[in-house]
Amino acid sequence: MVFEVFRQERRGQPFAHAGSIAAPDLEFAEAWAREQYGRRQESEALWVVPRESIRAVHDFPDELNKTYHRVNGYSLKAKLKEARERAGTAAPGDC
Amino acid sequence: VSERAQQLLEIADDELILGWRDSEWTGIAPSLEEDVAFSSIAQNEIGHARALYELAARDLDTTADELAFDRDPSEYLSAPLVELRELDWAHTIARHWLYETADELRLERLKASADAEVAGLAAKMDREEAYHRMHAAMWRDRLRGNERFESAVDELWPYALGVLPAEERPALAERIRRPEVDAVEREGHTDELRELWQEMTMVRRSVPGATW
Repeated sequence: MVFEVFRQERRGQPFAHAGSIAAPDLEFAEAWAREQYGRRQESEALWVVPRESIRAVHDFPDELNKTYHRVNGYSLKAKLKEARERAGTAAPGDC
Repeated sequence: VSERAQQLLEIADDELILGWRDSEWTGIAPSLEEDVAFSSIAQNEIGHARALYELAARDLDTTADELAFDRDPSEYLSAPLVELRELDWAHTIARHWLYETADELRLERLKASADAEVAGLAAKMDREEAYHRMHAAMWRDRLRGNERFESAVDELWPYALGVLPAEERPALAERIRRPEVDAVEREGHTDELRELWQEMTMVRRSVPGATW
């Protein structure tokens, strides 16, 4: 069985994927993960998760290029520039 | 040598020699994960040996390195159990499980010691040994009933009894669930110890007094 190991470096920080462990059961996975990812005091905590418990989600189609769904969908810079010109004020950096 | 120094040296020698023996699996353990884990456990044991030697060295007005490497093999106080060269996984796990079980009894005694330094160090070691015991127990559960493993336990059982003083052996027999037999005592050393000592002290003997 393969177990995915997530590692928290400091208290309060998010867990990040550290790597995987091939082990016969959860008990072995825990013992091996402990030594593999904790022996150097590099971890505050670990999550050891059977790979099969992870639902992998991918493929996010955007066939119609709906840029307004995206963070970078609007170019605020250009719009701001226009607005400033209309109002007759300069950008804060320009004065 | 005071009774305290003698006791510290016995345990330090056990931990140093066992750490050395366990490290012989580095690179050839049954799986990559076990290789890392067992090597880490070996390093922990040697770390415990260092702390124990440092405490003993203060009493004996010497240094941990001198105690670890400059004594003649005949002066080591290690139990024959830890000296055996066991490059068979069934034997290694049998020894690991037997030793950790005996060591737990020994640490329980030391933690209750009136000597605050000894009790404090024993408590620190026990925090790490708890995970060695978990590791040993999980392997033992997996190999239990396996013919090679069970015969390795039978073979090493008299050696395991020799780790502890006579009065603690009935408790070990109870935990291991085997009848008490004649123990292989600390007085004697195995031939394997001398070979291991040659290797272990090779660098130090090549340039006496060198520091780096």
